[in-house]
Amino acid sequence: MRRPRGRRKAYYTMKMRRAIHLLLFKRHSKPGAKGWELRRSLGPDYMKVIRVLDDYLENLDLKVNMVFEEGVDKENLENPTPEQLNKARFYITLRGTLTPRETKLLGWRIDDIAALAITISHIISKDGKAPRKEVEDLLRTKLPSWRTEMNLNRFIRYGYIGEDENGQLYLDWRTRVEVDSRKLIDLLLRTEVEETAGLYNQSTSLSMETEDQEGEN
Amino acid sequence: MPSEGKKRNIGREDIRGIIELCRSVQSRGLNPFLVDVDDLVAILRKYFSEWKDSEDLCLDAEALNEIASVIKLQSEWVKRRSTSLYTDPFLLEEKVRILSKEKIAEVFLQAWHPIAELEQISIRSLEDALRYWENLLPLDERLLSEGSLRVEPGTITREELVKIGILAEEAFLEEMRSLWNELKEKAGEEGRIRYWDFIGSNTYQETVRRAYLTSFLVTYGYATMEIYPLEEEMFLKPLKEPPLGAERKTRGRKERRERLFSIPIPISYEEWMEWRRRQ
Repeated sequence: MRRPRGRRKAYYTMKMRRAIHLLLFKRHSKPGAKGWELRRSLGPDYMKVIRVLDDYLENLDLKVNMVFEEGVDKENLENPTPEQLNKARFYITLRGTLTPRETKLLGWRIDDIAALAITISHIISKDGKAPRKEVEDLLRTKLPSWRTEMNLNRFIRYGYIGEDENGQLYLDWRTRVEVDSRKLIDLLLRTEVEETAGLYNQSTSLSMETEDQEGEN
Repeated sequence: MPSEGKKRNIGREDIRGIIELCRSVQSRGLNPFLVDVDDLVAILRKYFSEWKDSEDLCLDAEALNEIASVIKLQSEWVKRRSTSLYTDPFLLEEKVRILSKEKIAEVFLQAWHPIAELEQISIRSLEDALRYWENLLPLDERLLSEGSLRVEPGTITREELVKIGILAEEAFLEEMRSLWNELKEKAGEEGRIRYWDFIGSNTYQETVRRAYLTSFLVTYGYATMEIYPLEEEMFLKPLKEPPLGAERKTRGRKERRERLFSIPIPISYEEWMEWRRRQ
């Protein structure tokens, strides 16, 4: 049954308000809400409400992020089944990115962010699992020892990484929600290439100058 | 007959070895191609005809199951390496080493979309708070109970600290070496630093911890102390080389016998506050 336009708008506004309460206010140990919670509160057309909310949030540089359970085949995520949607978790995340100044206001030091980036990228490069000692050794090349351990414990507490009984670190739920792993690796690779290219150009021009001088001599 | 029994025992050992190897590859996240599956299957085949008991057959099945798990890991490993997300860990490690902290953080910020969330008081947390408040003793009663627990200052050995879990045996030497490096750094060209300037920290607890470790630095010969009683000044002087072993330690002690003595240094809260004020 199709509702008249005015009533339809009021209906979605009301549903959006309810959805934003569920998604923003933390009620469990983890933020966000499960698909079944949204369905129970918003009704069977909850995915439509989520899409409308997502459009609305775009103006605020926020988005509704849907994270499926681990083990769900990524190729089938374009058309998830109702069961997969029920078990998925929905979060509101930043659509864009933060500036270094903004991260300071959130309580993150540049050192901490670099440590998190190094930890995540190293675990990704090791097929999703890396020994804690190995990560600590790598972090120690950039940070003092006491800060390394403190940071790793903090990342575990926040849910960015997990540690199993064998001392292996793996990526945990928050990384899957907040970090675009593919982009991170791509950017790390690209940044390096640019810097190396810069160094290469510099050294080439220097050697050419030397050759010129030699030629003049 | 005894030779057959012996062969079976060797076979069991081999199969247990196979199970252990496969499990360690799975639990430690090692490269699954380190395991030569053909070799392992050949070993299973070699002993299969020997097994008569169900226990041995179960062991054989378990080993086969573990080998299958390793083959699954190999398949996932190949799949992963063929995706665009795969990066050579050595390459990435090298890149991380080259890039500055600021650059790495800058890169990460472009791929980071933090969750927006609000923490607020809930009915459950209100209930918890109420329960806590109801069980909380009045301040004067709490002070009384704390007073009754007061103990006189005493001494504690390192072994006792290890026993109650404040110090870890292996970590201790490592911690001491890092403090020694710090001392060398802080002593700079002058080669010495005021005792309180070195042990002093932002918190009293940390100051006591540093003083405790420093006492071992001096006792074990990583550093020496210069004391000027008239000026009420104490300096720490790091030694350039660590004591290499017991022999050297004994020799060093023999050489320094005349000068060796113990000195108690009080690290009171008042002195720490005074040092903080001066800072």
